Amino acid sequence: MKAFHHAIVASSLSLAIAAPLLARDYVSGAITVAHPWARKTAQGQPTGGGFMVITNKGKADDRLIGGTTPIAAEVQIHTVSMDGGIMRMRRLVDGLPIAAGASVELRPGSYHLMFIGLKAPLQAGTTVPVTLQFQRAGQVRVEFAVQSMTANPGMPAMDRDHAPR
Amino acid sequence: MRRVDRRIRVGLAALLLAGLAACSSSQPDAPTAFGGPFELTAPDGHTVGSASLKGKPYAIFFGYTRCPDVCPTTLARMARLRKQLGPDGGKFAIVFVSVDPEHDKPEDLGRYVALFGTPVIGLTGDKEHLAQAVKNFGVFYQRVPQPGGDYTIDHTASVYLMDRDGTFVSTIDHDESDQMALAKLKRLIG
Repeated sequence: MKAFHHAIVASSLSLAIAAPLLARDYVSGAITVAHPWARKTAQGQPTGGGFMVITNKGKADDRLIGGTTPIAAEVQIHTVSMDGGIMRMRRLVDGLPIAAGASVELRPGSYHLMFIGLKAPLQAGTTVPVTLQFQRAGQVRVEFAVQSMTANPGMPAMDRDHAPR
Repeated sequence: MRRVDRRIRVGLAALLLAGLAACSSSQPDAPTAFGGPFELTAPDGHTVGSASLKGKPYAIFFGYTRCPDVCPTTLARMARLRKQLGPDGGKFAIVFVSVDPEHDKPEDLGRYVALFGTPVIGLTGDKEHLAQAVKNFGVFYQRVPQPGGDYTIDHTASVYLMDRDGTFVSTIDHDESDQMALAKLKRLIG
C-alpha cells in the first residue's frame, strides 16, 4: 500500500477544488445525500473517511453499492462495530441498504466511506468529487467538504479552524 | 461478510452502556494491572516510554494512522477535551501508539499527530517493544486481511489514563460522554 503516494501527487492536487465549505445536499431521483464531508489526512496517509446522510424518499428499497473518485484508487463502504471495547471495522461487500423512506447516516464510529489509495492528502477547506453508485438510483455525483481533524464529527459546517472566507 | 443490522447495533450499544454503568457503580475506577514498563520510539527517533513519561499524567491510546474513523475521532476528542480544560489542559500528555509498525514509521506518526492542533506524542516500536506495551495495557489488536493483500486492524478503543507515576487510574471509553471524560481528566490532573 505504500506505493500509492509515489506518483501523481502533484497532478492530483489540482483535483481538490477550493470551494465554499458549507456542505450541501445533493438530490438525484429518490435519493438525497446531505452534508457529505471527509476528514483531512496527513502526508503519506493512504486512506481517508467520508461521511454523509443518505435518504431514500422513493417507494422502493435501494442500496449504496460503491463509488469512484479521482482522488483515490478505490471507494469502499465500511462499518464499525464496538465489541467489548474493541473497534472492529468491516467492509460491506454487498453495499449498504437504504430502505424505502429511510435515512441512513454515515458517521464516525459507524458506517462510512473509505477512500483507499489517496493520491494526495485531503486538505481542509477543499472538496472531493465522488460519484456514488446506487443499485436503483444509479450514479449520484456529490462533493465531500474536507474538514480539519478537530472539526466536530457530524457537524461539518462548524469547522472554525477553516471558516469560509 | 457480516452485515450489521442497525437495531442490533443500537441494542448492543445499549447493553454495553448498561454493563459499563453497572461496572462503574460497583467498582469506581478500581485500579487494575494496566500499565508497567514500556519503551517505544518517538517521531524524532528518541526512546519514549514509561520512564520518560513519568512526572506528568498521560492519556494513552492505541490505534493506527490508516484507521479512518475511531482513531481520529478519539484523538480529536482528546484534543477538544484538553481545550475545554483551558490552562489546565497542558497538565497531561496525550500519547498515541501505533499498532501498525509495518506501515506507520515514526516519521509517519509525527505527521499524523500534527493534524490534531495540540501536542500529541506519537509512538511506535519494533515487534518486541510493541508487544510489551500492548501486553502491559491489556490492549487487543488483530490484523484483518482485506482482498488485494491489504489489511485493517481491529483494536481496543479505550483511552487509558495514567497518573504522574505511571499508575493506571481509569479509562475513557468510546461511548462515554464528554462530561464524564472531562471529570476523569480533571481528577487525573487535580
